Amino acid sequence: MTTEQRNPLPALLPQPKTLREGHASASQSLPAPGVSAISARDLSVYFGSAHVLKRVCLDAPAQAVTAIIGPSGCGKSTFLRAINRLHDLVPAARIEGQILLFGADICHKSVEPALVRRRVGMVFQKSNPFPTMSIADNVTVGLRLNGMRSRAALAERMEQALVMAALWDEVKDRLNAAATSLSGGQQQRLCIARALAVQPEVLLMDEPASALDPLATGKIEDLIFELKKNYTIIIVTHNMQQAARVSDYTAFFYLGELVEYGATAKIFTQPAKKQTEDYVTGRFG
Amino acid sequence: MNTAYHRWRKLKNMLVQVLTCVCALLVILPLGLIFYHLVKSGLGSVNMAFFTQLPKPVGEAGGGMANAIVGTGELLGLAALIGVPVGALGGIFLSEYGASRLNWWIRLGADVLNGVPSIIWGMVVYALVVMPMHGFSAWAGGIVLGMMMVPLIMRTTEEVLLLVPHGYREAALALGIAQWRTIVQIVVRTALKGIITGILLALARVAGETAPLLFTAFGNRFWNHRLSDPIAALPLQVFNYAISPYEDWHRQAWAGALVLLLFIAIINAGVRILTRDRFLQRT
Amino acid sequence: MNNALATVKPAPRAIASLVRRPFGDEAFEWLTFLAALAVFVLILLIGYELAQGSLLTLRKFGWRFLTSSDWDPVNEQFGALPFMFGTLVSSVIALVIAVPLSIATAVFLTELAPRWLQQTLSLFIELLAAVPSVILGLWGIFVMVPWLADHVFPKLKQSLGFLPIFQGPIYGVSMLAGGIIIAIMILPIITSVSREILRSVPGLQREAAYALGATRWEVTRIAVLSYAKKGICGAVILGLGRALGETMAVTMVIGNRPEIAKSLFAPGYTLASVVANEFTEATTDTYLSALFEIGLVLLGVTVVVNALAQLLLKAMEGPLATRQH
Repeated sequence: MTTEQRNPLPALLPQPKTLREGHASASQSLPAPGVSAISARDLSVYFGSAHVLKRVCLDAPAQAVTAIIGPSGCGKSTFLRAINRLHDLVPAARIEGQILLFGADICHKSVEPALVRRRVGMVFQKSNPFPTMSIADNVTVGLRLNGMRSRAALAERMEQALVMAALWDEVKDRLNAAATSLSGGQQQRLCIARALAVQPEVLLMDEPASALDPLATGKIEDLIFELKKNYTIIIVTHNMQQAARVSDYTAFFYLGELVEYGATAKIFTQPAKKQTEDYVTGRFG
Repeated sequence: MNTAYHRWRKLKNMLVQVLTCVCALLVILPLGLIFYHLVKSGLGSVNMAFFTQLPKPVGEAGGGMANAIVGTGELLGLAALIGVPVGALGGIFLSEYGASRLNWWIRLGADVLNGVPSIIWGMVVYALVVMPMHGFSAWAGGIVLGMMMVPLIMRTTEEVLLLVPHGYREAALALGIAQWRTIVQIVVRTALKGIITGILLALARVAGETAPLLFTAFGNRFWNHRLSDPIAALPLQVFNYAISPYEDWHRQAWAGALVLLLFIAIINAGVRILTRDRFLQRT
Repeated sequence: MNNALATVKPAPRAIASLVRRPFGDEAFEWLTFLAALAVFVLILLIGYELAQGSLLTLRKFGWRFLTSSDWDPVNEQFGALPFMFGTLVSSVIALVIAVPLSIATAVFLTELAPRWLQQTLSLFIELLAAVPSVILGLWGIFVMVPWLADHVFPKLKQSLGFLPIFQGPIYGVSMLAGGIIIAIMILPIITSVSREILRSVPGLQREAAYALGATRWEVTRIAVLSYAKKGICGAVILGLGRALGETMAVTMVIGNRPEIAKSLFAPGYTLASVVANEFTEATTDTYLSALFEIGLVLLGVTVVVNALAQLLLKAMEGPLATRQH
C-alpha cells in the first residue's frame, strides 16, 4: 500500500486563501529549526493524583507558529498554561520537568512567575477586557501596573499594540470608550493588543477564535500571520483546518501525551503515527 | 366522585393562595402604620428649629436636635474609619486567599458576630474604652459602631468579590501583574460598586443603633467639642425623649424618628438604584 | 501596518532568579489575613470582657444567680430568673406570632404570587427590616400599647379570661406587648431567609410534582416545603436568635418590672432590657458585675442559638452552593 493510497488527506485540506498563498508556499520551505523559543523537557503536570501531562518533550522554534491539536481533555490547555506558570494558582497542581524559555528554565521554584509572564503573554478563549476600563486603559494596563509612568511612552506603546492587533483604525476615534462597547471579535483583538503591549517574546493563544464568527476568525488568523514575523506563537486549537492554515509546526496530543510533532505540512499529509492520522482524518475526536 | 375531589383540591389551592396573601399583607401592615404615624405626628415638628437648634432645658418648649444629627454623622465617620478597612481587607482575604477550612471558620465567626445583640457590644466597649478613659466619649461610640460594622462589611465584600469572574484574575496575572496589584487594581476595582453598596448598607444599619450607644457615647445636651467627650446621637435622643414625661419632647421624638427613618430609607433606596442592573439584584 | 512591526522586535533577556515571593504579594496577604483574624479577636474580646466584668457576682452568687428571682440592687441581692423568664416568654410569643406569618408570606412570595406583587412586597419587607428598633419602640409606646390596652386586651380578657395567662389588671405595657413588638421585628428576617431557602429548591423537584398533575399548593407542600425543612428550621432559629437579643423596642413596651407573673398582661423584664435601663445607674461594683453577668448569660444563649441556626442553614446550603472560583 503506497502512501498516496493510504492517505486521502490532501483532498480534505482547504484551498489556501489567495491572500496567503504566498505565505503557504513559503511555510513549506521553512528555515531549519534554529533557536528554540520554548523547550519542554520531560514536562509532567499532576492535579492531585491525576497525571494530566505525561513527560512531554517539545521544541517550539522562535518566530514561528506552533499549533497544539488534539481531542478534548488531551492536555493541550494544561501544556499551554504550564508555560506561563498559571498552574501556580491551583493549589493541587504539581509540575515536574523543565520548560526552557530561550534556554532559561522557567519552571524552577526560584523563578518568580510574574517575571515569566511578562515575557510570555497569553490570549484566552473567552475575551476578557477589563470592564471598568476604557479601550486605551485596557491596552496599557500591563505597562502601567508594572510601573511605566510616562504618558508619552504609554501612548506610543498603546498605538503600536493596537496597530499590531489590527484594531487601531477601528478604535482610534474612541479610545476612551468602554472596552465592553466593542464587538466580540474586536474585544478579542483588544485582548491581543493588551498582551502585545508589554512586548512579550512568546505569545500563547488558547483557542482564541473559538468563540468568534468566521469573519472575525479570519481576521485573527491574518493577525497571527503578521505577528509571527517577530513573535513566537503557540496556539491551541480544536479546529484542525485552522491549525493547518496558520501554523508552521504542529503537535498532536492525546490523553496527556505528545504523540507526534513536526512540520505542519508533514503532520497533515504524511503523519508518522497511526493515531495522528486517525485524528487528522476525522476518524475520532 | 373524581371531579368532586378535584374541585376540593382546587378550592384548597385557592384558599391557601388567599391565606398566604393575607399573611403577606399582615407582615407589611406595621410598616405602613409606622410610616403613617411618623408622618402624622412628626412631620409638623420637622422645621428649621429642629435642624439648627440645641435641645432646650427640661420643661421649656422648643429647641431642636441639631447636635444629635451632627453627632450621628461624627459617630458614623469614626465607625467607618474602623469598620471599612478591617472589614474590606478581611473580605478580600476570604475571597482571594486562605484555605477553605480556615475560611469556613472565619465565616462562621463573622456570622456569629453578626448575631451578637448590640447591647452586648456596648458593654464590651464600655469595659474596653469607657472605663480606662473614665468617661463616655465619641471615641467609644465610634469604636462600638465600627466593631459592629466589621463582620457585616467582611461578608458583603467577600460575596461581591467571589462574583468577579475568574477570567479577569487570570488575564491580569498573565500580563505579569503582581498578585496584590491584580487583586487591588483589577478585582476590587471591578467589584467596587458592590463593595460600596455593602458599606452603605452597614452604615445605614448602625446609624439606627441605640443600645450600644447608651453607655458609650451616652448623649450630650450640648455640642460635642472633643472626641473624648460624650456625644449626642439621633437614635439616643429619640429614645431619651420618648421615655420622658414631657409632651413637647414626645413631639420632638417623633420628628427625630421621622428624620432618622428617612435617612436610612434614602440610603437603602440609593443602594437599590446603584445595584439595579448588577449582580446583587435580589427580588 | 507593516512599519510598526519592524520597530518592536523583542530580544531574549535573561530571567532574574529571586526569592520565592515578591514583598508586595507577601505583605498584602499578611495584611488581609490579620484583618480577617479580627473576627476571632472580636469574639475573644467579647467573651473576655464579659467574663472579667462579671467575676465579682460569679464568685459571690454562683448558680444562685440563675435560680433566684430576687432582684434587689439596694440590698445587693441579684437573681436573674425574672429576666430569663421574660426573655424566654417574650421570644416564644414572638415566634408563635411571627413564624406562621413569615413562612406563609415566604411561600406566597416565592411560589404563589405574580411577579409584580412579588417585587413590591419584597421591597416593603426589606424596608421593614431597616426600621431601627427605637423607632418601632416609639410607635409601640404611643400607638400600639394604648390601642392594645383599649381594644385588644379587654376583649381577650373577656373571651379567654378563664386562662390564667389572660387574667389580671391591664396596663398596656406588658409581656404580651413585648412579644408582639418582637414579632414585628423578626418578621422580615424569617421571611427573607425562608424565601432564599425556598428559592434554592431545585426546579426539578417542582417539575416532578407538576408533572403528576398537582395544584400549585400541592406542589409547594410536597416538593418544596419538605425539601426545605432544614433550612426553614434554620430561618426560624435565626429569628429566635434575633428575638433574644432585641433591646430597645422591648424596653419601651414591656413595662420593666422584674417579676415573674402568670398573666401576659403583667409587665415583664428581659435580660437585654435590664441592662439597657440600669447600666448607667449601677452605682456599686456588685451591681455592675451583676449586669455584666446578665450580659454573659444573654451572650451565651444567643451565640448557641445563632450557631445552631447557621449550621442548619449551611447544611441546607451545602449541596446547593455554587461558588465559582
